Amino acid sequence: MNRLPAWMGALDRKLVRELWGMKTQALAIAFVIAGGVAVHLLAAGMLSSLQETRRAYYERYLFADLWAPTVRAPQRLIADIRAIDGVQAATTRIRVPALFAMEGMSAPATGEVLSLPDVGEAAVNRLHLVRGRLPVAGQRDEAVVLQAFADAHGLEIGDTVPATLYGGRRRLTVVGIALSPEHVYAIGPGQFVPDDRLFGVLWMRRGALAQAVNQDEAFNEAVVRLSRDASEPAVIARLDRLLEPYGAPGAYGRADQISDAFVSSEIDQLATMGRVLPPVFLLVAAFLVNVVVSRLIAVQRAGIGLLKAFGYRDRDIIGHYLKLVAVIAATGVLIGGAAGIWLGRGMAELYMEYYRFPFLLFQADPADYATVIGVAMLTVMGGAALAVRRAAALNPAEAMTPAPPPDYSKVAGAWITRMRVLDQQSRMILRQIIRWPWRAALTVAGIAASGALLIGTLSMMDGIEVMIDSSFNVSNPHDVSVSFVEPRSRAALFSLAREDGVLAAEPFRVVPVRLRHGAREERAVITGAPLDGTLSRMVDTDNRPVQPHPGGLVLSSDLAAKLGIEAGDTVEAQVTEGRRPLLALPVSAVTASYVGSGARMRIEDLNRALEEGALVSGAWLTVDADRTGSLYARLKETPSVAGVGLQAEAVKRLAAMLDENLGRSILTFFLFAGLIASGVVYNTVRISFAERRRELASLRVLGFSRADVSYILLGEVAFLTLLALPLGAAAGAGLAWYLAHAMSSDLFRLPFAVAPATFGMAGAVVLVITVVASLMVRSQIDRLDLAEALKTGE
Amino acid sequence: MTGSEDKRAPPHPLCFRARGVTRVYGAGAAAVHALRGVDLDLPDGELVVVLGASGSGKSTFLNILGGLDIPTEGEVLFRGEDISRANQHQLTEYRRRHIGFVFQFYNLMPSLTARENVALVTEIAEAPLSPEQALAMVGLENRLDHFPAQLSGGEQQRVAIARAVAKQPSVLLCDEPTGALDSATGILVLEALKTVNDTLGATTLLITHNAAIAAIADRVVIFADGRVREVRENADKRAPGEISW
Repeated sequence: MNRLPAWMGALDRKLVRELWGMKTQALAIAFVIAGGVAVHLLAAGMLSSLQETRRAYYERYLFADLWAPTVRAPQRLIADIRAIDGVQAATTRIRVPALFAMEGMSAPATGEVLSLPDVGEAAVNRLHLVRGRLPVAGQRDEAVVLQAFADAHGLEIGDTVPATLYGGRRRLTVVGIALSPEHVYAIGPGQFVPDDRLFGVLWMRRGALAQAVNQDEAFNEAVVRLSRDASEPAVIARLDRLLEPYGAPGAYGRADQISDAFVSSEIDQLATMGRVLPPVFLLVAAFLVNVVVSRLIAVQRAGIGLLKAFGYRDRDIIGHYLKLVAVIAATGVLIGGAAGIWLGRGMAELYMEYYRFPFLLFQADPADYATVIGVAMLTVMGGAALAVRRAAALNPAEAMTPAPPPDYSKVAGAWITRMRVLDQQSRMILRQIIRWPWRAALTVAGIAASGALLIGTLSMMDGIEVMIDSSFNVSNPHDVSVSFVEPRSRAALFSLAREDGVLAAEPFRVVPVRLRHGAREERAVITGAPLDGTLSRMVDTDNRPVQPHPGGLVLSSDLAAKLGIEAGDTVEAQVTEGRRPLLALPVSAVTASYVGSGARMRIEDLNRALEEGALVSGAWLTVDADRTGSLYARLKETPSVAGVGLQAEAVKRLAAMLDENLGRSILTFFLFAGLIASGVVYNTVRISFAERRRELASLRVLGFSRADVSYILLGEVAFLTLLALPLGAAAGAGLAWYLAHAMSSDLFRLPFAVAPATFGMAGAVVLVITVVASLMVRSQIDRLDLAEALKTGE
Repeated sequence: MTGSEDKRAPPHPLCFRARGVTRVYGAGAAAVHALRGVDLDLPDGELVVVLGASGSGKSTFLNILGGLDIPTEGEVLFRGEDISRANQHQLTEYRRRHIGFVFQFYNLMPSLTARENVALVTEIAEAPLSPEQALAMVGLENRLDHFPAQLSGGEQQRVAIARAVAKQPSVLLCDEPTGALDSATGILVLEALKTVNDTLGATTLLITHNAAIAAIADRVVIFADGRVREVRENADKRAPGEISW
């Protein structure tokens, strides 16, 4: 730092050398700024990239806007569908449930097989071929496999998949492996969570599939892309009118398409987290930097007096110190900006792999950057400006003479004197804190705030755990759920119950409906379950079971809110399968639950209302984990089984999925919270040291050992840290509460929960950081220049 | 010159014996020779005034006697013990047991009262005076519970002296103790130092720019260019009240 360019003024040289002299501290401040900035840009870059990538993926691969299932409709209707106003493109296809007997897996894999047009590619929902080719028309047993399923089973081109389609067995040969915008998430009936091994999707040419399932010249699903200004409800109404004679349960849009609903909900969660957390980080970082910078400048008092004595004007001096702070702030913004973009890109790439998007469009919106950088610079410089103005207001003589001893007589002098147990060092610590309550309070606030960030971010994992526990262990404590292709008599339940390894079985009946209340309408599924059943029940957020009254319906609170319904109202339920009766059902209770929306009745009531006899759609089972083999084998053989959900697997998968998805973001935020905490604590200790250098040196000269002197400095920090821990815990709980509310969505409500381990973890991190920062400053205490500290007044 | 005289064994046992003490800061072309071979014997119990221009090496020498610094070359014996080769820990112990410091800017702890500032030292000393006794010795028995901010400069310096002497040190080192004070207050401080020297018999070294103060000394040492230029015993010792500047 001795060679500086000649054009540089003296004041700027001073600046450069001073910055170099305080590089560790300056970096620590820069890191706090960088933490706030990086978290912001990381979230912004990652989210806009994910959203943009998803949009482009859907666009390029012609993802459908509407799905219109039927039982069996004549192919000629396609012309009428294409003629509907607002339809840009439409295609019909055959979509059939399938069972796959995969090698090396005892549990049955379910899934579906979809038709591709006999020639060329689909006009809607196009595939992205990862390898291989599309099937050749006329080759009966060629199929393309969804990449997730292929990867989970190690399927390669040329391998075969044994499939059961409507009772008929086929061996399908894999000719291609593909991604599909419709199956970003592949999830089966009765499953809560995608499991790549348990749910497969295959595509065959239409002719081959039609022959296999006897749908010649017919289709059972139309998929439609809308033109830009089309009205979705209007097109749905037209489609429904057109397809109703062919057993159509009603067309639905992307909001009800399971894969997109999942992806959207996940990206929404990330977006919410990205909207909620980073401003908190930036605010906390700005506040902390503000505190640190004003103290940093306060210790420059003598230097400021000297400059004024030389004749520098106040504005020169303010400018000089603002430059100092600006360099630090700019360093922080640069580090944060670079880290933010880099990490944002890295995270987006990870999510791209996780969602199996075929490509990634990385997007960093310049407006985001300008805002964040502006906010960071403004808050930091603002804090510095106030402190410099205060310092510059002193007259130079006063500023240069040693500051008069601060007056401790007014505050807490006497009572501390009377406390005989205290030694003088402890008195110094206490008086110091009481004399400068603001300074102590800000230190406590800073440490508490960084602790709160740690707790807040970690608490989301706790909330998710409570949610999983409530929805699986309390609400759905069964091991296996079996759904039939169509409702069957109770005999089917009894035969399941008699299977080897089945310990208990409870039936359920599900029926798709459109719920109407006044002008509002929602698609939903009514689940009928036995009264006092234990294998699946609705519970409220206190995990208390909620039972429907006789003939009545229990609605989840989100569904009730969408329909504007309260307990006691009556809701109209238009059943969309079978005889399609229109039911008027009294709502006996509305309950808040953590996961999903739903409507429940007693199974007898539902069956009575449907007038189809005592039917079951499937069953919930508890099984002996050691004797599942024959049950699974039977299920694989049973053509009437449409889907099998394995709870234990699902819980594991869900936990892993959340870990991978939200967990990754949460870990990143946690690391940044740690970074901010380190910056704050180190600066606090370091500045306390600068402020009290002379006092500490005097003590060393008087014969106090390094340990004694360290006690006075670090004792204060330790004391304040201990004070900050409970405050941080309280603030962290508050932040956790806010995040839980902000993160809750239609699909789930994130419970407010902070596990003791989270408090422990955050506390431990803060303590470790304090110890490390103290050790770093401790080494400076060891190097105190005793003689010099005593010579100068200040 | 009295060079041949000061090598002669003094009548009292020696408190300090310095031989060839050199202190160099930095190295090469930038090296600063603060001390260039100081030989000096100081008997126990005397009041010694050290005079010299700025940069003459007097403060460096005082720092070495006080165990704040160690010489680059040469040796310093304190009552026969070599302190020029001591490590940091030993120096801390040495300061704690034997040395009292009084500074130009007092260096009181602003967060402690007068009594507590003294107690700070008595709590770690072996056979201390009580803080009250020490403060009475410097005439501050009525200001025990005042904080530094409530005391005048002279009073603050007397608290510093009380703090330095309360542990009954063998040596009292004062670097410009009156430097920040007006003459009347300065004399009060010198009286306090004199009382302490008489009462406790601590060897007292007093660094000053102010030649008038030399009149109260048993012995006057004059530094110039990093060496001892002159040592003279003061035949005509005055009381602090009799001098002025």
